[in-house]
Amino acid sequence: MNEHHHGHDHTDGHEHDHTPIVNEEKPGYYEILEISIRELLIEKGIIKADEVRKQIEVLDSRSPVLGSKLVVKAWLDPDFRVRLIHNGNAAAEEMGISIYDNTEFTILEDTPEVHHVIVCTLCSCYPRPILGLPPDWYKSKEYRARTVKEPRAVLAEFGTVISDDVQIVVQDSTASQRYMVLPLRPQGTENFTEAELESLVTRDTMIGVTIPRI
Amino acid sequence: MTMKIVDHKPALFKEGEKAKIAEKFPIGHYRVPMYVRGKTVLIVKNLGRHINPELEAFGKNAGDEEWYYQVTIPQKELWPDYEGKDDDLLEIEVFEPWLDPINNAL
Repeated sequence: MNEHHHGHDHTDGHEHDHTPIVNEEKPGYYEILEISIRELLIEKGIIKADEVRKQIEVLDSRSPVLGSKLVVKAWLDPDFRVRLIHNGNAAAEEMGISIYDNTEFTILEDTPEVHHVIVCTLCSCYPRPILGLPPDWYKSKEYRARTVKEPRAVLAEFGTVISDDVQIVVQDSTASQRYMVLPLRPQGTENFTEAELESLVTRDTMIGVTIPRI
Repeated sequence: MTMKIVDHKPALFKEGEKAKIAEKFPIGHYRVPMYVRGKTVLIVKNLGRHINPELEAFGKNAGDEEWYYQVTIPQKELWPDYEGKDDDLLEIEVFEPWLDPINNAL
């Protein structure tokens, strides 16, 4: 790495050498459509600009940290695990996580015999209230087209080799349900603290493209 | 006065039954990917009634609920050249209007 160009030292004045952040791209069709509808709705008093801002703020406040807390609680508390699998929305709300979008939060429970992986072939259905916004690759045509057809090859490209004696269930998420994988707790974590366990449960383990590892 | 509750639209399918995803190609907003159309599926769970997004997309979102199911299809039936375990599965949600009964007695 070039030290000169990497330097980003704010102590010596304002000598930024990175390119200024600009957005010169012309808005596309759907962006113009969204802006037009939003402005019309605000103009007609149906929604308020502050409500739009607030909802964006809610969306941005969610992150995989919430999902990993649910997973670790399910690992440690068998009663919570049952409640989470039985009714994801109620269990999430019990932990203070509101499901704000009229979807059904649904848990896919991995076992030593079954591994789950989630994809939305039609668009980008994702448990946003629990995991935040989906990664770019989740929305890519390649991931969406290939995961339903050759899941083992796709998982191998993520560095995840699923043994031939484990069944793979690909969940194509299409409408009202939003899925999260409840992965297996790795062996050797018996003495881990809650925080240590949570650090193993990353976003990708809850989509199912990898598994928690120590 | 006694009220008799009549379910005017009971679910057409039970868990454990097979059905066929309709092979139709309407224009509009549809939540059934092309690759599963015409395939035989196993009903694994009745997910209850949900607002039909195919009409909701056009503003008809009051009271139009349809039965909604979790179904599975073996990967080897979807893709003849599938490389993987024989019992690898694809699981997907489908609204009842997209499911045709097949003779479950067979």
